[in-house]
Amino acid sequence: MTTYVIQFTYVAAAALFILSLKWLGHPTTARRGVRVGELGMALAIVGTLLHTEIVSYQWILVGFVLGSAIGLPLAVFMPMTHVPQRTALSHAFGALAAALVGTSEYYLRSGELSTFTMAVLSVEVILGFLTFTGSLMAFGKLQDLVPSRPIVYPGQNAVNLSLLAAAVGCAVYLVRNPGSSALFPVVAGLSLLFGVLLLIPIGGADMPTVIALLNSYAGLSAAAMGFLLDNNLLIVAGALDGSSGFILSVIMCRAMNRSFTNVLFGGFGQVRVAAGAVEQRSARSATAEDAAAILEAASSVIIIPGYGMAVAQAQHKVRELYDALTRRGVDVKFAIHPVAGRMPGHMNVLLAEADIPYDRLVEMEEINPEFPRADVSLVIGANDVTNPAARHDKASPIYGMPILDVDKARTVMVIKRSMSPGFAGIDNELYYMEKTMMLFGDAKHFVGELVKEMTGARLGA
Amino acid sequence: MPSNLESALFVFLLATFVGFEVIRRVSPLLHTPLMSLTNAISAISLVGSIVITGAEKSQLSVILGTIAVVCSMANVVGGFVITDRMLKMFKKREPRQ
Repeated sequence: MTTYVIQFTYVAAAALFILSLKWLGHPTTARRGVRVGELGMALAIVGTLLHTEIVSYQWILVGFVLGSAIGLPLAVFMPMTHVPQRTALSHAFGALAAALVGTSEYYLRSGELSTFTMAVLSVEVILGFLTFTGSLMAFGKLQDLVPSRPIVYPGQNAVNLSLLAAAVGCAVYLVRNPGSSALFPVVAGLSLLFGVLLLIPIGGADMPTVIALLNSYAGLSAAAMGFLLDNNLLIVAGALDGSSGFILSVIMCRAMNRSFTNVLFGGFGQVRVAAGAVEQRSARSATAEDAAAILEAASSVIIIPGYGMAVAQAQHKVRELYDALTRRGVDVKFAIHPVAGRMPGHMNVLLAEADIPYDRLVEMEEINPEFPRADVSLVIGANDVTNPAARHDKASPIYGMPILDVDKARTVMVIKRSMSPGFAGIDNELYYMEKTMMLFGDAKHFVGELVKEMTGARLGA
Repeated sequence: MPSNLESALFVFLLATFVGFEVIRRVSPLLHTPLMSLTNAISAISLVGSIVITGAEKSQLSVILGTIAVVCSMANVVGGFVITDRMLKMFKKREPRQ
């Protein structure tokens, strides 16, 4: 009887999880999606606690309490700029859980493991451990505990690949001879090491792709656990997570015009020394007063926020600017490049936090046709995604990358600390265009100045 | 096992297709909440960790299982809470006016 109850809760949970993701698809139904997901989770947990194999609840309770004590503060107090770090940590947690369950199953059942079971167990353990250390490294890089510049050395790919090959080789041997338990720690150790080495050459600019990829791995290790424990709910949830991470990493790769292999083995993001002679070009700088006058006279303005805006904590000032312009009847939109921010969709969350209505946030494909009609495009803390060289300069490392057509607006304004190159170390020709005004200064401070000019002018009038 | 294997593979295949179709439709606006929600959902591995811990078959399995329960539970609680926290911020109309 209890078996039926448990089975029922699992089927219901699987259905609720799918509905949950479906409702998440649109902002108006998204919160309903979360509720439904929570309900599914609660059902599945209650169902599991009825399991007849469970003889003691003591350690389960300890785990519940400790886990909630870790998870809740991370979710409640984490600033929105740090969501990528939290996400990396949660991938690490999920992957570790899967790897440990696999490990414990191995030692419990090593005598009686069939070839298939041992194979999924190996997949679970290898993916779990490498995602665990890989995600911890991603966390370290995002949090600046580990240098976020890519670290490359000659033969790096050969070393990494042979490590992975060694881990897989040992696992294959284990599949043939599940009893040789001396090899199991070797597989685990090699996977842990591979996770670290995999992340070392990855630069900050590639973090969105890598986080999405680790998300996919964490999901796949959960699905492998489902195969191992013969639990369809785990398979469904793991497959959903795995496909979601995969789709997101494909979107990120496309947005940067890179392939998976290039992200993982390319060591992108190093400062490249320009081959040709650097010609002295001059940029035109302007004051807040000049800029404010042009903005006020505009009828449509497109703001291009980049991660630099979030670093400067300027999003709330940007909201004030948005308010000031909207009050004057200026049509203000925000152009969001898919890789703006440090994880997929990050910029939208940062702007939503600053109370900017989400219907003003427009994705790249939709906003690009609007640039030629815009009076001003205002770039705040974005760089490479606005570089016109990506469209025409075949020698540029970012050639072919889809960019925001910022340069097509009547006037271009760029708020920037200095003329230094961005993440990828590439000079941006946007800055030297005739119609570009460089507004030098800290993003938060400068946007504040703009707002002051505008509200001051209004009071004076 | 072979029949189980077959049905398990079917489930995996179908769930992956459903996942692709559903997630492709998620607005890019919500990709960050999407990631934290799928994260919370895949923390359903909690279910496996619970059984391993509670069955108390060996000391090692209790220790590893308890750590796994801690990790998964942190993701369950944290994942749902932060997703909702983010979604609360997405508003259509300006709050004032």
